Amino acid sequence: MYNETNTSTYSRGNGIPKEDGVDERRITVTVNGERRVVEVEPRLLLAHLLREGLALRGTHLGCDTTNCGACTVLVDGTPVKACTMLAVQADGHEVTTVEGLGTPSELDPVQEGFTVEHGLQCGFCTPGMMLTAKALLERNPDPTEEDVRWALSGNLCRCTGYQNIVKSVLWAAEKQKGAVA
Amino acid sequence: MYPSRFRYEAPRSLDEAFALFSELGDEAKVLAGGQSLVPLLKLRFAAPEMLVDINGIPGLDYHREDADGTLHVGALCRHVTLERSALLTAKHPVMAAAAPVIADPIVRNRGTLVGSLCHADPQGDWASVMLALGGHVVAVGPSGRRTIPAADFVTGPFQNALLPGEMALEAVVPAPAGQLTGTYLKLERRVGDFATVGVAVAVETSGGKVTRAGIALTGVGPNNIAATAAEQALVGKPLSAETVEQAARAAAEAAMPKSDHRGSAAYKRNVVATFVRRALARPEALAA
Repeated sequence: MYNETNTSTYSRGNGIPKEDGVDERRITVTVNGERRVVEVEPRLLLAHLLREGLALRGTHLGCDTTNCGACTVLVDGTPVKACTMLAVQADGHEVTTVEGLGTPSELDPVQEGFTVEHGLQCGFCTPGMMLTAKALLERNPDPTEEDVRWALSGNLCRCTGYQNIVKSVLWAAEKQKGAVA
Repeated sequence: MYPSRFRYEAPRSLDEAFALFSELGDEAKVLAGGQSLVPLLKLRFAAPEMLVDINGIPGLDYHREDADGTLHVGALCRHVTLERSALLTAKHPVMAAAAPVIADPIVRNRGTLVGSLCHADPQGDWASVMLALGGHVVAVGPSGRRTIPAADFVTGPFQNALLPGEMALEAVVPAPAGQLTGTYLKLERRVGDFATVGVAVAVETSGGKVTRAGIALTGVGPNNIAATAAEQALVGKPLSAETVEQAARAAAEAAMPKSDHRGSAAYKRNVVATFVRRALARPEALAA
């Protein structure tokens, strides 16, 4: 089933050789639409697989304790904290990271909203914010401000830029509605 | 942060899972939502030999009601499912009030009610809800199936009554005999924080009198506390300003809060009383 040439091993960190007797699993994860076959140690976290194994460094690791939401990615469309899920649990599932949201020439409406409404300052929380917002708009294309604040309440912004983040998401909702109409 | 090494198995059926549990006993840990377990593994507070990931076992994500109104919540039913449940909104006010205030929305996407009960964090919200509603946990293990009342399920901080090789299959809330009212009120410093104080109140009334009362407290003791004296202050009497006040004071008495960064002991006690008053002062409670 899998394409051997597309198989990469990632389990221990950059450049560290595989240890004898360490249990590794071959998993297939569709990341941003591309099927990736990787071998992982079961204790590897999804965030580490994405950042180091697959070099998708848009997934940020903030608190590493399930609080801040900076590492939020979509697993089958649902926001999940990638520091609190094992990579092996993503076997057979679809993962979307911020790299899969849009392209520089064709931004996702959420990305466009963050640009237009100044939704980021330092930018660290932004990938998680945008993916959570993306999932919200999929489920509820016409959210109230209250809906947006509620949906984003698991994503922390240390710059405290919430006002503009909320505006950015509401802008994206308007934009999407316009595109549909 | 990396967890210690462990064996990982993802059984496709309960039978496969039980075979693993009987092989490893206490050294096999169930991985459901993982929103408490994975952080514990990362901090190496827990280092089980094996994780048994039950997410691939079909048919455990249900929440449903029997014909008689008994509510069953399966081991893989996530908080988010309960938060959006029309069934809970229509018929289970205490559960419906608690679901949206568990942790934060992203954690609720993964975490489960049954997992939260098993984790037995003294700050956990669901255990108070289950205590107030008189619920129980159904456990399955080598010696068969048994029912563990919520009051007996948590045996200490982060300790539950499951035996080696046993797994919690579902949480069950009995059908109310009378008219059920109540809610779960939680004070938190910010969304996603543990409760400074949480109070679950479930009151059944019939013929103008309280037939059953459940009042349980979160975050004000070494475990979730069933405020039995407060419950007794209500049972057999009509809900009145006087009985509500008695219950509020008894609940504050039952609390064993400690002063910490979330507030002083006196403040938390005061919040307990205020929450009991508020929960019972709701128009639907007084009208019942």
